[in-house]
Amino acid sequence: MLMRQPFVMRLARLHSGFGWAVLLLLTALALVVVPLLNQFVTPDSALYIPDWLVTLTGRFLCLALVALALDLIWGYTGILSLGHGAFFALGGYVMGMHLTHNRMETGTIPNFIQFLGRDDWPWFWVPFQSFWFTAVMVFLVPGALALVFGFFAFRSRVRGVYFAIITQALTFASMLFFYRTETGFGGNTGLTDFRELLGFSVREADTRLVLFMLSAVAVMLSYLLCRYIVTSKLGRVLVAIRDAESRVRFTGYNPLRYKLFVWTVSAMLCGLAGALYVPQTGVINPGEMAPANSIEMAVWVALGGRGTLVGALVGAGTVNGLKTWITAAYPDLWLFVLGGLFIAVTLFLPKGLMGLRQQMAGRSKQ
Amino acid sequence: MSMMDTLRELGKREEVFSFLQHAAPSPALDTRHGPILYVEGVTKSFDGFRALDDLTLYIDDGELRCLIGPNGAGKTTLMDVLTGKTRPDTGQAWFGQRLNLLELPEHVIAQSGIGRKFQKPTVFEQLTVFENLELAMHASRGLWTSLRWRLDGEQQDRIDEVLALISLTEQAHAPAGVLSHGQKQWLEIGSLLMQNPRLLLVDEPVAGMTGQESEKTAELLTSLAGKHSVVVVEHDMDFVRSIARTVSVLHQGSVLAEGSMDEIQSDARVREVYLGE
Ligand SMILES: Nc1ncnc2c1ncn2[C@@H]1O[C@H](COP(=O)(O)OP(=O)(O)OP(=O)(O)O)[C@@H](O)[C@H]1O
Ligand SMILES: [Mg+2]
Repeated sequence: MLMRQPFVMRLARLHSGFGWAVLLLLTALALVVVPLLNQFVTPDSALYIPDWLVTLTGRFLCLALVALALDLIWGYTGILSLGHGAFFALGGYVMGMHLTHNRMETGTIPNFIQFLGRDDWPWFWVPFQSFWFTAVMVFLVPGALALVFGFFAFRSRVRGVYFAIITQALTFASMLFFYRTETGFGGNTGLTDFRELLGFSVREADTRLVLFMLSAVAVMLSYLLCRYIVTSKLGRVLVAIRDAESRVRFTGYNPLRYKLFVWTVSAMLCGLAGALYVPQTGVINPGEMAPANSIEMAVWVALGGRGTLVGALVGAGTVNGLKTWITAAYPDLWLFVLGGLFIAVTLFLPKGLMGLRQQMAGRSKQ
Repeated sequence: MSMMDTLRELGKREEVFSFLQHAAPSPALDTRHGPILYVEGVTKSFDGFRALDDLTLYIDDGELRCLIGPNGAGKTTLMDVLTGKTRPDTGQAWFGQRLNLLELPEHVIAQSGIGRKFQKPTVFEQLTVFENLELAMHASRGLWTSLRWRLDGEQQDRIDEVLALISLTEQAHAPAGVLSHGQKQWLEIGSLLMQNPRLLLVDEPVAGMTGQESEKTAELLTSLAGKHSVVVVEHDMDFVRSIARTVSVLHQGSVLAEGSMDEIQSDARVREVYLGE
């Protein structure tokens, strides 16, 4: 039957030939060129990619994944979340708990748990000894929180600014929860001092290189997943919800399900990003859940251009690149630059960097 | 919930193809015993003001009914009640014998076969004209179906047919936002046709249309009657005269008079309300 087109065909149509070529090129860059330049070129060569740069890029890739997830819910569905930092950090904590298990000798427990007056692992720590359990929880923990939170928020038809504010409250509340020593997640120090993952030392440059490559693969696959969603009819329903939600209802679609679906997918992608980020930074603490962090994530997407996916990736890369440079060179200036950037984008680039090309093309025509 | 739903959708994948059967009213719809729509004693107050006041109205299966009345008579509010947008304070509203419209959410009412065109045309502005029609097309509204959705040849033809009918073939791939007011009206009517509902509630369809366009609309609506039931709200009396069989006059939230256009026009109370008409 015509309808039953093979899945491969549908996948092939996600992009034009040119789009696929770029994607392939970028993947080859991350999986072949970078490792070669890092491993086989001598440090004095101009082409050499130092270890720190590999790790830095690996972390940027994780943040870009968050931007991608945020664009799915904000750019396409029109729901601004200022709480994605919570989902990101939850994924990070899940991975951090596994890494904490890995650094302890059998039979010993970390100090912050001893301080609670215990001499064994609390029940919710025990299963994270298993890597596979952890790998599943990386998705399920942020996903479950998003599902429950989203269900109540969307069912009560909380929208727009009100939704954005309660997501800020969500991340703030999570932060307070993790800050408390009594909850058993290491208080304000968080989880750190990680040693190994699946038997490989997370401090070794080689492991870091592999983590970088895994992050690149994660971004690539997530991008394709998002692209699959937004190019399907489901994606058009999302855009329709953004434009005229009540009309969507009167057409017979239940917006609650659609919103809940992308919202949960988005949170799960953040969880994955957090889990890949933590072994590359070596620490996870409640600071990641600070409301300002989530706002910054929205700036990435706004700068790159909403509703384009690629824009989110570009925006995350640009802002984080700037941040790394400025916080090193002029540490006091960063917040001003960030604020200025946000204002500039709002005033002059409503469609972000992705819209810039269109804008220029439009101007040259006039 | 979404995952559970997805799983459930997975279990009934044969439904993906069920939209091929065209006129597919909800199995729960039962019109064997007369009217398709029962509205009885419906009252709705907004801050003490009765927009609907003990309103009673029946629409027969296949009927074309015109609803007229001065501004603020409650015509739009009635449609809001029937489509689940507004819940009345008291009264009953049934679609067929079995579907209690006052208990169902908007999307379920729409799925069970009530389509609506709004007074202010609402289309999905960022989607193309074609995509607007595609979204409205009668099919399962589940997540999984939407994710795996592909148009087959027959459906493609159906959309082309409707595009031609609403004279938007050339604009098929333009975003709906750039259409003129009249074209948006047409697109919304086209979307209604794609939904293939049993009952169409059409609020002021010819506002902003030229004489020729509104003639075409009249033709379209009359051709729908029989297979579908149609309720049209309109201020344009010429238009009403050209399509009407039965006219109901709404005034201050209840039905003032009901009958053929001639009967209505000779009714003393109606003339009083429409002083100057
Ligand atoms: N949500 C609301 N809140 C308060 N008042 C409302 C609301 N909806 C409608 N009304 C009032 O109810 C009355 C009936 O409104 P309705 O829109 O149903 O009139 P109508 O018959 O459609 O008029 P028109 O011909 O102008 O479209 C009006 O006086 C209106 O102001
Ligand atoms: Mg009205």
